[in-house]
Amino acid sequence: MIDPIFLAEAALNGIMLGGILALLALGLNLIFGVIDIVWIAYVDLVMLCMYLVYYLVQVYGWPVWLGALASIALGALLGIGVHLLIITPILGSAPINQLLATGGLLFFLQSFATFLWTTDHKSVRMSLPSFEVGGIFVPLTRLIPFAISIVALIGLYLFLTRTFVGTAIRAVSQDREAMSLMGANPQRIYIVTSAVGGLMAGLAGALLIFQYSVHPFFGGQFGPLTFMICVLGGLGNMVGAFVASFIMSEIISLAGVIWSTEMGYVIAFVVFIVMIFARPGGILARRS
Amino acid sequence: MRAPRLLVAVLVVVLALVPALPMAGMKQYVLHVMIQILIWAFIGGAWSLMGRFGLVSLGHGAFLGLGAYCAVLLWNFFGVNPWLAGIVAMVLTGLLAAVIAYPCSRFQVVGHYFGLVTLAVGEVIRLLIVAERDWTGGSLGVSIKPVGGDSLLAMQFADKRVFYYAALVLWLAGLWVWARVDRSMARSAMEAIGEDETAAASVGIHVTRFKIGITVLSAVLTAVGGVAYAQYISYVNPDTLSGIGVSLRIVFAVVLGGMYSLLGPTVGTALTIALSEYLRIAFGLRLIGMAETIYGLLLVIFIIFLPSGIYGSLAALLRRPRRTPVPAAG
Repeated sequence: MIDPIFLAEAALNGIMLGGILALLALGLNLIFGVIDIVWIAYVDLVMLCMYLVYYLVQVYGWPVWLGALASIALGALLGIGVHLLIITPILGSAPINQLLATGGLLFFLQSFATFLWTTDHKSVRMSLPSFEVGGIFVPLTRLIPFAISIVALIGLYLFLTRTFVGTAIRAVSQDREAMSLMGANPQRIYIVTSAVGGLMAGLAGALLIFQYSVHPFFGGQFGPLTFMICVLGGLGNMVGAFVASFIMSEIISLAGVIWSTEMGYVIAFVVFIVMIFARPGGILARRS
Repeated sequence: MRAPRLLVAVLVVVLALVPALPMAGMKQYVLHVMIQILIWAFIGGAWSLMGRFGLVSLGHGAFLGLGAYCAVLLWNFFGVNPWLAGIVAMVLTGLLAAVIAYPCSRFQVVGHYFGLVTLAVGEVIRLLIVAERDWTGGSLGVSIKPVGGDSLLAMQFADKRVFYYAALVLWLAGLWVWARVDRSMARSAMEAIGEDETAAASVGIHVTRFKIGITVLSAVLTAVGGVAYAQYISYVNPDTLSGIGVSLRIVFAVVLGGMYSLLGPTVGTALTIALSEYLRIAFGLRLIGMAETIYGLLLVIFIIFLPSGIYGSLAALLRRPRRTPVPAAG
């Protein structure tokens, strides 16, 4: 049988992975909740930000914190760019056309990345110590990103609840038609939402590049997982996405240690399918 | 309905004559592209059986991959010929489709949710194929064991023309199924369901049965397309036959061609394959990745500016002059 130490380590790794997945899921959810469009190419934006951090920190020797800030800035810019160039023209189109527009963006970004940087895997070398807690090794390369993601999630929570724009965003996701009656400018809300969503992607990218290597098809690794987490938590439901992130990350981590990494994902996806049938609106759905 | 029938008949005659045309050494390549167009058009038509009724599946790669790998693995490991393996593939994909469709209809998983659930299924199949690499060869794919020479039983032929005519027949069969569904009670029922599920149920339409039925039909036909493709190319690979990439390509081709018409999927498939081949040749080995980049860019532009697809937009254009009553020219 598996040594319980490995299981405990896997469980801990799952939690640390969950923090970053939560960043992705909440960013995507925010955009969906407000604009009602799923950005299929969302994780490919993360991929672009990862490349930025790689080039700035690994190749040009920028300090890590500056590279991370640049990644966040790029993420926000990409978010706004995607919204203005691709989403705005199709706001009134049929849902399938909207899905295909962001799907086409996915093809475009993956191929463009292949053209610019080839399919080589690139990662940032950082050796940080791990410390031991009761026989379990906790690598700082995982712990620090986790801590930062929690801080970011708290920041997002405060933004959504304590600022005017944040409250407007929450209001829109509850009732889009009433938004213009309340005197909020839709275009401005959409742009801010896209910027925040992109910002989360940029931050996630900065945190991920130190643990995973980036390549043009990185979106294929985390993309489907992010969608599933959002649907599992209930599309548009922020708390649900938060909880679902950790559920999925734990399953992946534990099953990955018990069987294999791929089976970890397979089992997580199967669990997703089963849970969707049990709770079609998501585990914390507003409707049951 | 008469116009498409005539069009199809003319098309069939033209297509049947293609292998006889002199093409100055390009014939093998042209046949290769045409076979791909015919098979993918068939698959696109199968997807559109669901897509036109609002059941937008982003995971048809699951059925495609399941069908293709079924045929290849049963032949390579157990010597089961592709005809029988095809039937096994149809049964398996039918079961998978029913298993997915039943809860989806009963628990009202529709729209974005349904799309993402099917995406998950597509990814599950792809990951399973990659994970079971001892059987499936993982990401490297697996080739069909050659039987050495032509064999109808093993569906292996040296001459592309055999595959070409077989693909033509397959494509026609797909059109026939589409036309039958179009004229059946199922079409009216599904359109009613698509507009208002509760209202449809209230007039006695068995929503779950129809949804499952159309999903199973679509899945089974896609699997057959997968078997056909695998037999033609003699090689299968999880990234070309399952997963989100191929699923999106199928959807793109159908939507760009026009989801609601008989020849829409064919037009869309022909255009997207022709476009991607042209870009591939134009760029060759220079600027690797640029061909696909332009392809993606064009797809986005098409979707933004031609929302009802090419066939749909053309049909709308052609219909307009007839609306204004014009007195007979004197």
